Amino acid sequence: MRYISNTAAQQREMLATIGAGSIEDLLSRIPTKARLSHPLNVPAAMAEADLVRHLRRLSAKNANADDFACFLGAGSYDHTVPSPINHLISRGEFFTAYTPYQPEASQGTLRSIFEYQTMMAELAGMDVANASLYDGASSLAEAVLMAHAVTERNTTVLSKGVNPLYRQVVETYVEGPGLRLRSAALGDGATDLDALRKVVNAQTAAVVIQYPNFFGCLEDVKAVGEIAHAAGALLVVAADPVNLALLTPPGALGADIVVGEGQGLGVPMTFGGPNLGVFAVKQELVRRMPGRLVGATVDLDGQRGFVLTLQTREQHIRREKATSNICTNVALCALMATIHVAIMGKVGLRKVGELSTAKAHYAAEAFGKIPGVKLKFSAPFFKEFALQLPKSPERVVKRLLKDRILAGVPLKTFDRAYKDCLLVAVTEKRTREEIDAYAAALAAAVA
Amino acid sequence: MHTAKPAYDKLIFELSCSGRHAYSLPDCDVPVADPAQLLPKEHLRETPAELPEVSEVDVIRHYSRLSQMNYGVDTHFYPLGSCTMKYNPKINEDMARLPGFARLHPLAPEASAQGALQLMYELAQDLAEISGMDHVSLQPAAGAQGELAGVLMIRAYHLSRGERRTKVLIPDSAHGTNPASTALAGFSVVELKSEPNGDVDLQDLEQHLGDDVAAFMITQPNTLGLFESKIHQITEMCHAKGVQVYMDGANFNAILGITRPGDLGFDVCHFNLHKTFTTPHGGGGPGAGPVGIKAHLAPFLPTPVVIKDGEEYALDWSRPQSIGKLQAFWGNFGMLVRAWTYIRTMGPDGLRAVSDNAVLNANYILKRLEDHYDRSAPGPCMHECVLSARRQKKLGVSATDIAKRLLDLGFYAPSTYFPLIVEEALMIEPTETESKETLDEFCDAMIQIAREAQENPHLIHEAPVTTPVRRLDQTGAARQPRLKWTPPDRT
Repeated sequence: MRYISNTAAQQREMLATIGAGSIEDLLSRIPTKARLSHPLNVPAAMAEADLVRHLRRLSAKNANADDFACFLGAGSYDHTVPSPINHLISRGEFFTAYTPYQPEASQGTLRSIFEYQTMMAELAGMDVANASLYDGASSLAEAVLMAHAVTERNTTVLSKGVNPLYRQVVETYVEGPGLRLRSAALGDGATDLDALRKVVNAQTAAVVIQYPNFFGCLEDVKAVGEIAHAAGALLVVAADPVNLALLTPPGALGADIVVGEGQGLGVPMTFGGPNLGVFAVKQELVRRMPGRLVGATVDLDGQRGFVLTLQTREQHIRREKATSNICTNVALCALMATIHVAIMGKVGLRKVGELSTAKAHYAAEAFGKIPGVKLKFSAPFFKEFALQLPKSPERVVKRLLKDRILAGVPLKTFDRAYKDCLLVAVTEKRTREEIDAYAAALAAAVA
Repeated sequence: MHTAKPAYDKLIFELSCSGRHAYSLPDCDVPVADPAQLLPKEHLRETPAELPEVSEVDVIRHYSRLSQMNYGVDTHFYPLGSCTMKYNPKINEDMARLPGFARLHPLAPEASAQGALQLMYELAQDLAEISGMDHVSLQPAAGAQGELAGVLMIRAYHLSRGERRTKVLIPDSAHGTNPASTALAGFSVVELKSEPNGDVDLQDLEQHLGDDVAAFMITQPNTLGLFESKIHQITEMCHAKGVQVYMDGANFNAILGITRPGDLGFDVCHFNLHKTFTTPHGGGGPGAGPVGIKAHLAPFLPTPVVIKDGEEYALDWSRPQSIGKLQAFWGNFGMLVRAWTYIRTMGPDGLRAVSDNAVLNANYILKRLEDHYDRSAPGPCMHECVLSARRQKKLGVSATDIAKRLLDLGFYAPSTYFPLIVEEALMIEPTETESKETLDEFCDAMIQIAREAQENPHLIHEAPVTTPVRRLDQTGAARQPRLKWTPPDRT
């Protein structure tokens, strides 16, 4: 019990001070009937060396992205994670601090969040970003609820180009308030604007698209925004901030709310969580937004300092009338992203986008030359694309695993209409050698 | 804490110098590198994002200095009530960073993620045993999302029986997330008055238990740190009216191996792995908020559910009555690895010792301070004690003032002004990881402050003076929000 500091002698001393005979005496309010009569049936304690050995073995059963060439995406990406991030976030003063409710003893966390808010607002092209929500999907769900609250309308139109896992989370969140969701179909990889016009009307609170979308295709954000705004609806854009140093920021294309998954900004994939929910809005929507916000102020001596602000939106003050139920967020992941963006900087983050684009297009061209294999869509794409295969994508994935390649995400699970498709992501970390090896293995697998 | 004055006052943007960089990226190894040749022009950003240009040394020094402006559990005693700021074991961190966990993609083929799925399956089993519940979903990202999942399952359960119940009862002593999550799940919240010691007022409860009530949501032990001793009666009263009973598990650190929510009659409870199960708070998150349920709610569990089929582990998506998904993937897996490691480090006896010592430490503080501050309730407490500074308030010293003075004396502050039913509340949770020596130093400081309140309140009103900044203008911050950095030439 190395995490318990008091010795038996100290425990006796403390009990004497308290005036209790035993710890049992302190539990007297718990009725006998409520007491557990046996020790918990959990495995016996393990010594550290045994535990490490056990977990190393268990973790070795997993195909990690150091030992396998990872072409998986669909919302989690194998982007570069610079070494300083782990060193800095592991400092106990960051790692073991609580939410900065005592600002004078939390200026480090508060300053880093203020930097994070600035970076995310800049990348998204928006006025204000919050201090983080759980992940991209729950951020999108919060955006849908917020659009409903702002417009007092009850229907949201979601493009079929939005990540289906995100759409499932939105469905969960709108269940309670009883909001309606409608879909807008895809044309050749991007949202079909004529189909969209038909479903957007005076009941529409928001139109939601993803940019680039789930299939990697680039949407005409501006045109979608015009359709939404003409009907008095908000435009919500889900975007991966990693891409926004190279791509036009959604804020410049008419977005009212930008959400996204920030995992690619220095957060390890970790089997899908914790991730980083980005949430940014235009100035006029600030007081309606969910989540914590850090603001600049001054102390008694006039010195610059930072505090949590506009807290009257939040659950600990407003309870059932709060803009969201969120309390714990993912502050440490936001810190990882802040350090990541600082390291990559103005030039490096753009270069990440350029390299990913270049390699993804090289891969798409190489794979598309294989007989029977073709790109599912012809819309322009960014770092991810859907391949249509002449053989079962599940079998192809299994075959390429033998060459230590994580080939992509079979799309059948999400939509049977794409049962012959594989979603492939290519980040700046993939090498030409890995892509050529993939092409060769794929050619053999579908031959 | 770095206390040299003037304090460090830079933002990363203010260190920026055009042409400097900290990144390391490979040269392009494919023929076409120029995005303008690959993407339509209208998709490319016209002006570069205004991001910092700094060196790696700048980054390391800047964030190291920022960290020195924080108090953490690793540097300070952190008696924040309701938050369970215990020591976060370092071995947990090493295990969460094993490449097979940290570098695993969530959509890797299941056959290539068996180790991760097995860990999730086992952790869910362990949490079910610890809580006496039948099933546990690990998907919720934090306590509040666990609450949302739990309340949505209750909603789905009633609807599946053809019952449209619209209200949820919540005591006035509850955490703010309880009413917020309940409202989000589409229920109207009915607030019940608690007795002065935080216990449920049974008569008031009885009067409110109508057939339009879906659930009663309570914290056990309650937010005054007391075990609700009439709990069986409460759950029986609720069940007799078809009302589900939800336990907010924020205070689980008090009851490990002593009593189990499932045995007390609760239908749902959530866990905060970042409290009881030692995953770090990280300055506000990430946490993890698994939710445990009784068998009758199993059809409604969030998808996918981790199952064991023979020797294989898998994600089961075929749950037609499920409430759906809460986050994109399967849960905050990195936090789950840490909690699994902690449970296996402690074993059954270790977990029981955690709660015993948490209770002992809280009662020791209560005893040492009871002559100097008002108690909120008589009798022994569980893992935390709630004091009132109403005596000090009469001398012009508030709970906030006391909190600020503690910062100068080398301690983080207790939770203040919560629970709402206690005037000038100071909620103190020492946790089991603190030693008697630390508790004594803290109690000495609290007693010193009580004395200062009588003799020299000026000292308390001036506090803090040793922190990088003094008291901050919160009103000004909210009146004219400045929520991002702007370059001097743009202001």
